Amino acid sequence: MAKKMYDTPNLDELEKGEWPSFVTGLKRLAKEKDLMVDLLGQLETSYKTRKGYWKGGTVGVFGYGGGVIPRFTELKDENGQPVYKDAAEFHTLRVMPPPGMHYDTGTLRQFCDIWEKHGSGLIAFHGQSGDIMFQGCSTENVQKAFDEINEMGFDLGGAGPAVRTSMSCVGAARCEQSCYDEAQAHRAVLNTFLDDLHRPSLPYKFKFKFSGCPNDCMNAIQRSDMAVIGTWRDNIRSDEALAKKWFAKHGMDELVNDVVARCPTKTFQVKELKKIKKGEHITSVAVSDTHGVEIDNQDCVRCMHCINVMTGALAPGKDKGASVLVGGKSHLKIGGLMGTVVIPFMKLDTEEQVEKLVDFAQRTIDFFAENALEHERTGEMIERIGLANFLDAMELDVDPAMINSPRMNPYVRTDGWDDEVAKIKAKKQAA
Amino acid sequence: MNAPVQMRKPKETGVPDNKKYLHPLLAKNYGNWKYHDRPRPGVLHHVSHSGDEVWSVRAGTQRQMDVYTIRTLCDIADKFAEGRVRFTIRSNIEFMVSEEKKVAPLIAELEKHGFPVGGTGNSVTMIAHTQGWLHCDIPGTDASGVVKALMDELVDEFKREEMPNRVHLSTSCCEINCGGQADIAIIVQHTKPPVINHDLVANVCERPAVVARCPVAAIRPAMVNGKPSLEIDESKCMCCGACYPPCPPMQINDPENSKLAIWVGGKNSNARGKPTFMKMVASGYPNNAPRWPEVSEAVKNIIRVYKEDARPWERMADWIDRIGWPRFFEKTGLPFTKYLIDDWRGSRYNLNASTHIRF
Repeated sequence: MAKKMYDTPNLDELEKGEWPSFVTGLKRLAKEKDLMVDLLGQLETSYKTRKGYWKGGTVGVFGYGGGVIPRFTELKDENGQPVYKDAAEFHTLRVMPPPGMHYDTGTLRQFCDIWEKHGSGLIAFHGQSGDIMFQGCSTENVQKAFDEINEMGFDLGGAGPAVRTSMSCVGAARCEQSCYDEAQAHRAVLNTFLDDLHRPSLPYKFKFKFSGCPNDCMNAIQRSDMAVIGTWRDNIRSDEALAKKWFAKHGMDELVNDVVARCPTKTFQVKELKKIKKGEHITSVAVSDTHGVEIDNQDCVRCMHCINVMTGALAPGKDKGASVLVGGKSHLKIGGLMGTVVIPFMKLDTEEQVEKLVDFAQRTIDFFAENALEHERTGEMIERIGLANFLDAMELDVDPAMINSPRMNPYVRTDGWDDEVAKIKAKKQAA
Repeated sequence: MNAPVQMRKPKETGVPDNKKYLHPLLAKNYGNWKYHDRPRPGVLHHVSHSGDEVWSVRAGTQRQMDVYTIRTLCDIADKFAEGRVRFTIRSNIEFMVSEEKKVAPLIAELEKHGFPVGGTGNSVTMIAHTQGWLHCDIPGTDASGVVKALMDELVDEFKREEMPNRVHLSTSCCEINCGGQADIAIIVQHTKPPVINHDLVANVCERPAVVARCPVAAIRPAMVNGKPSLEIDESKCMCCGACYPPCPPMQINDPENSKLAIWVGGKNSNARGKPTFMKMVASGYPNNAPRWPEVSEAVKNIIRVYKEDARPWERMADWIDRIGWPRFFEKTGLPFTKYLIDDWRGSRYNLNASTHIRF
């Protein structure tokens, strides 16, 4: 039994309503733990004063430089003593999830037992970078909790100027749109950089994210320094039985208004069956006895919309792989940046092919470590030096798939033009 | 003298293999799925090329879970889902079941324990969010509380699939925007420059690093009361709060003047148009704990207008593309102020360089 609870009139308001209440959970924990009684006391104070009361510090585990988020209370009385002393330390352990965030209940129960013993009993599935967050631990117990979690086969995630914890979508495990083995690529890449993940020494953070298709369920383009996004090169596949089933349910109006009209390049057409073209790049499928769909795949940008709407009737092709985009990040300091294409397509079917992705990631991190300014993200670095210089350093060939349009200003020195043309020609001939 | 303590060396095992955690049918049909449909909101039905079928039931959680909640979810998974679960990026939990007849009892069990079933397809799904007052060192507001208050209001839309397309929400407790891009986002917007505690700066802050952190070069070193400190050119400062994390004596949070802003139209997917960043459409909402009724009402209003007006498959950004910004502000009743005209780098690309004007 824990000590007596404080009155928490503000937090009590958050026990009302239908959505599961984190406050009810905090109170359940506070029945057994003084730490949580005091945590509720401090949180209630924040709700009253509308101010936060945590500061960082340095707490870690033996052998690592990061992965623990230290929190010490700043809510002190006139003598400088913590007002809520049992929650004066409330550190978080970031722990990397398995790809796709799959668990068995044995593992989850073991997490619970460890965290009930050493920590607060509060666990978040998951933080915004994908970590399992074991929230609320004294400095003394951080090492004990980590040792037990680590013995289970789980490892700390990233924090500070380091390679950060990564996320991958449900992917091949349960999604028909998956274009590569996300879990394999996720583990191959991340587990190459464990030193850079556990011992922060980069200019700033570096995030990888892995999405199996252009729906980008991991928000990789906007939220990662390197986004690996599944796609395919050949024709969209079709299934006549499922196409007819879809059409029987949804009809011509929906086919035209929801699919044809929403195709970004207008390559998706509905035609009378006898007018549908044949050809190497054409996908066609009948939806009724009179009409069918025709897609010229050379004009398709693999946006996923028609496949999302008519799942099963249409599906990604068989020549699958991934596009790699670099430089995504949020606002600070120069404004939000999306990742931009640096590898339009690479195969990821074999271990050797995945190794090429790992090698590219390694060279990118090395370049970032040597060239970025302090607290500068990869996208900001590329904006400062220009994409062409980055590609040059990475030994990547330029490709018009990397741009929205060629430059719109003449402010460029082009005295190397003839040499570049010659190089491109020589490369083409050699290929 | 005490013997030196033998410290345990970490096992640098990295990202664990997920194979042993997969539901047996997911492991068996890995990479071999054919299509899926949704028999009802909250349920995905996947069919494999092998002919196997699996039903996934999705439920909302409070994300910050106590061990008792997690054990309850484990009990449910043991009873119905072969002891396997997974979590989505938006902190929903999914139970995979191998027989259709288990779906209804599983849903009943989840609802009995207070977990709403939904968040699939064209629903309003769980809000991606951050740490806030519970654990962050720089929060302007709470996160879990804002989310709880808003999800109480939106839970019916979580349980239905009646929106034109999916609606992703996020909240962020400062302008760093850890909540990420979303169809609708609530983000703290500071409105006053930081208040500097000059007694502490010299001991707490690495001054050159703080100067370098400012996006508008408004911070410079200064001697104040005989102590090395920092000063701010308040005419340049746009109150982003970037100086606060490296220098907590530059207090940016303010119970009255740190407001909540609403942003709309972020889209992660490449479907139809390219991914988009969200845009600020309203600000000045009070940081009114514990239930934030003003900003909550404003978000509900935008959702209501979008639901009535958007066509099937139009995400928030697609809808606004069709109707245009003037109509967006007219229909939502939000005032369009000069603060919504971009003046950051690249801002001219956000201006209308055409006569494309809707009347």
